[in-house]
Amino acid sequence: MLAKRIIPCLDIKDGATVKGINFLGLKNVGDPVELGRKYALEGADELVYLDISATLEGRKTFARLVEKIAGNINIPFTVGGGISSVEDAGALLKAGADKVTVNSAAVRDPALIDGIASKYGSQFVVVAIDAALTDGVWRVTTHGGSRTTDKELYRWALEAQRRGAGEILFTSMDHDGTKNGFACDVYARLNGMLSIPVVASGGAGSREHIAEVLTAGKADAALAASIFHYNEIPIPQLKAYLAAEGIPVRL
Amino acid sequence: MVAIIDYDTGNLRSVENALRRLGAQYELTADEAALRRADHVILPGVGEASSAMRKLAATGAAAIIPTLTRPVLGICIGMQLMCRRSEEGDTECLGIFPTKVVRLPAGDGLKVPHMGWDTVSPRSGDELFGGLDGGTYFYYVHSYAARDCGAAIALTDYGMPFAAALRSGNFYGTQFHPEKSGATGERLLANFLSL
Repeated sequence: MLAKRIIPCLDIKDGATVKGINFLGLKNVGDPVELGRKYALEGADELVYLDISATLEGRKTFARLVEKIAGNINIPFTVGGGISSVEDAGALLKAGADKVTVNSAAVRDPALIDGIASKYGSQFVVVAIDAALTDGVWRVTTHGGSRTTDKELYRWALEAQRRGAGEILFTSMDHDGTKNGFACDVYARLNGMLSIPVVASGGAGSREHIAEVLTAGKADAALAASIFHYNEIPIPQLKAYLAAEGIPVRL
Repeated sequence: MVAIIDYDTGNLRSVENALRRLGAQYELTADEAALRRADHVILPGVGEASSAMRKLAATGAAAIIPTLTRPVLGICIGMQLMCRRSEEGDTECLGIFPTKVVRLPAGDGLKVPHMGWDTVSPRSGDELFGGLDGGTYFYYVHSYAARDCGAAIALTDYGMPFAAALRSGNFYGTQFHPEKSGATGERLLANFLSL
């Protein structure tokens, strides 16, 4: 049976792992390759590395890091952050990434999704969507939640799928960093309308939250950062709990 | 020496990295002498079947592969190209495994591509799965799969039972990606390299 996936997310700035609480107040939580290898050994199903470097130098460091990750990690990994062209995506594929996520650049230029999917396959393109509930409507945001667009979440998710996205990674900016649980109703609705996998991100504070988003929220995978980085919920314990709850996980 | 067949099909990097982690010597090649000299041959591949088949034919490797006598392992599209035919692009393939590659059935809550970790049930005691229990998880990313047949040495069920792994004499194939399947994948690759 296909397992629900548990995905630690590592934010990378200038080649080092950081975790932002609502993307502010960054704190170093270790070497990205070592941390990734530790998670893989503990039973993580995939890893996501997001480059949040603001400088060109930081971006170059990240590209070198991707090669190092590919050489050392024996499970699939996705990279994202600042990918704004098919060439950017291609360079990361060449460096050894299994998938790339596109976010703000795809909102600005939706054809970017078609371009990457037709050149490298849908399985290579994850469309990351950030959104916040504004006057009763889930509005897509960009640039780490700082800019609200006129795009509506569900319509954008469908468009992304039609353009060739292989997966949707949705983060509720209202839940991210709160540790109060995921936006389960939104994930259930996305799952019902999409034929591609949905990855839940933003709000994990307990193992119950993760169980809930994988059952009531029907998400195919749950992504989290701080609960893993600070060892609040070790992956082996989380997976044992999910298995005991009857959720199919790889042990 | 392991020969990884280089036929311009995207990412060979992950297979290279996995072999390097296992300490194996390898080369990327489509040269006939190198393929015949190699102790093991791996046919990787991502992408679409008909264009992959065309590229494989263009290198000349398509004609050589069926005549190799050492262990050959096809991975994902590589395995599919070793079957008789693929529905993807209605492609005639190498005909090593006596089965056809068909599109996975969508619907009923099942998403296609079949992506993620799924259980693999070895059906015979093939050495390829030595030391790996039934129900072991491997990593998959695919929309097409080979129908069950006499050559299937392991099955996975996703809307239909399909060949997770195939064997015909010295030819092996896995639909899943051992190079991305953690410690279990490394064990399977080590098993292949010790054949």
